Amino acid sequence: MAKTKGNTHLSVATLIKSPTGIMGLDEVTGGGLPKGRPTLIAGAAGCGKTVFAMEFLVNGATKFNEPGVFVSFEEPVEDLVKNFASLGYDLNQLSRSKKMIIDYVHIERSEIEVTGEYDLEGLFVRLGHMVDSVGAKRIALDTIESLFSALPNEGILRAEIRRLFLWLKSKGLTAIITGEKGDGMITRHGLEEYVSDCVIFLDHLLFEQVATRRLRIIKYRGSPHGTNEYPFLIDTTGISVLPVTSLELVHKATSERISTGIPRLDTMFEGKGYYRGSSILISGTAGTGKSSIAAKFAESACQRGERCLYLAFEESESQIIRNMRSIGINLEPWVKKGLLKFHASRPTFCGLEMHLVQIHNLVSSFNPSVVIFDPVTTMISIGTENTVKSMLTRLLDYLKMKKLVTTLFTNLSHHEDLEKTAMAISSLMDTWILLRDIEIGGERNRGLYVLKARGIGHSNQIREFLLTKEGIDMRDVYLGQDKVLTGSARLAQEAADKAEALIRRQETEQKQRELEHKRRAIESRIKLLRSQYKSEEEELRLSIQQAKLNEDVISSATREMAKSRKADVIKPAKGKE
Amino acid sequence: MGTENKKKKAGGKTKGLRPTAKAHGTAEAKSSKEFWELRLYVAGQTPKSLTAFANLKKLCDEHLEGKFRIEVIDLLKNPQLARGDQILAIPTLVRKLPEPIKKIIGDLSNTERVLVGLDLRRAD
Repeated sequence: MAKTKGNTHLSVATLIKSPTGIMGLDEVTGGGLPKGRPTLIAGAAGCGKTVFAMEFLVNGATKFNEPGVFVSFEEPVEDLVKNFASLGYDLNQLSRSKKMIIDYVHIERSEIEVTGEYDLEGLFVRLGHMVDSVGAKRIALDTIESLFSALPNEGILRAEIRRLFLWLKSKGLTAIITGEKGDGMITRHGLEEYVSDCVIFLDHLLFEQVATRRLRIIKYRGSPHGTNEYPFLIDTTGISVLPVTSLELVHKATSERISTGIPRLDTMFEGKGYYRGSSILISGTAGTGKSSIAAKFAESACQRGERCLYLAFEESESQIIRNMRSIGINLEPWVKKGLLKFHASRPTFCGLEMHLVQIHNLVSSFNPSVVIFDPVTTMISIGTENTVKSMLTRLLDYLKMKKLVTTLFTNLSHHEDLEKTAMAISSLMDTWILLRDIEIGGERNRGLYVLKARGIGHSNQIREFLLTKEGIDMRDVYLGQDKVLTGSARLAQEAADKAEALIRRQETEQKQRELEHKRRAIESRIKLLRSQYKSEEEELRLSIQQAKLNEDVISSATREMAKSRKADVIKPAKGKE
Repeated sequence: MGTENKKKKAGGKTKGLRPTAKAHGTAEAKSSKEFWELRLYVAGQTPKSLTAFANLKKLCDEHLEGKFRIEVIDLLKNPQLARGDQILAIPTLVRKLPEPIKKIIGDLSNTERVLVGLDLRRAD
């Protein structure tokens, strides 16, 4: 982690800084170089001192309205103009428009003889004249050390150089002094002795045949600054410095969600898809469809009218477009519309830092809202795990902090360590989707599941992931009877299930019919019994009536007979006999 | 240009030139037609400048009688002229002619070295 000393706000108030306009450097220095003071840029030959100095001046002239004077002690003006034309700087134009003066100060040792005392007033006069003629606020001396080889009498020279720096300060010039790296010293001639405000050291590091330029702020009086070695790059857009890690972790998080491009995958994330500005890792074994998910995501971004940057490290643009067309994703129109931009390069083409800077530059110029790395695994071929991880950390910091870019990485993994990413980058990722092949019944099918999704309730189900001519589709896998089946096995199982279900249904229907039948039979029997009962009942009732009638008739006949016989009526005894 | 032009004599051809050189036996094999055009760059009337001018005048009178011209350029008055002759140090004497250009830095107090510097005498 970069170290911060003191309170940033305080130092800003006390020390005015002159922005360099060099990408990244102003962040590392907290605003630029000390204004009105000299800064020493030291480093070995070819490490970029001149470019650094020149970019400071050109940016001053073009971006900050601070004209400058470039004093070259080593290269003639014409050479400088030619060299910097390749960086896109038109130095002649800047000179003509009086924003900059380039001067070549040169002494040919062989044509010089020194007799007696001298001073460098001539140089002062020259500088003063140039500074006044353009109203310069910035000046670069590249490199004043060559005077040591051109002029004898070091004592005088040192005194004069000290006087020169004081003079620069008194003029209020923000100066860059370059100096060649010395043995055991920052510069060969000890210029650091005179420049005490800010010293920046440039270096060239070679690691496994890949060169990385590095920059370190050795000292910056009165200002907090990053003390790390920061990789920097010189490419066609000039110098870019990359902080190894950001000083703080302060991404703004949004709760906005964006579609994955695959409706069924969206539903696995609460039906809404990924978070905007999050980082997504798609890992899987070879041929599991990582790129397809990436391409679908790219397509959906373009459909929303957003820009997408596709960084391809294994396939060329046309190859990707062709392959994606075969699964129904047509990316070509988006490329033509300028919403989709491919950047295909071999990872080994340049060092990690170069890639990082290229990506930075692409992102800042194209301004995408989605960036895809396909695949991120190949990066490891040019760096160690640690360096790749640190690069990705920095990149993600940048993308998340500055741009709220959603990044999608694909990652090729192997069977043994499927759930371990090659670079242990999974901890950097917010969402991790795993694709794996499931081998059942002599075929391999793709299974997809969400390993993690920070802040999103996600499905824990495995889905079968299908790549068809019509596009990407996802199916529920066959779950049941303690089995997970995919592909034809799933289809076969589903058919078998269907047949079984049919039989079961038929059986049920049959039973129901039987039941109905039985019920009807019983009911009809009940009816019959009832009618039988009814007729019997009638008969019995008639016979009872008959019997009663008979009884009456008999008893009245008996009474009549008794009357006629004058028979005494035998009264029933009433308890006295 | 307002240069302080001090033509220190541009006399005709003089015979018996450079007796000193001959006496030393290391005389320049320059033809008598040669003309010496010298420029002395100064920055104001500093003691060093004055010394240099005095030294130069004396030396020329002695060794280049009638065949030289000295131009004194004050950079405080004409700072833009410093660029042409790549002047850094003050005072600087530039031998424009005869070619090649030679520069001598300092107050010219060491006559021997000035003579060597101007190719009036070879360094041994």
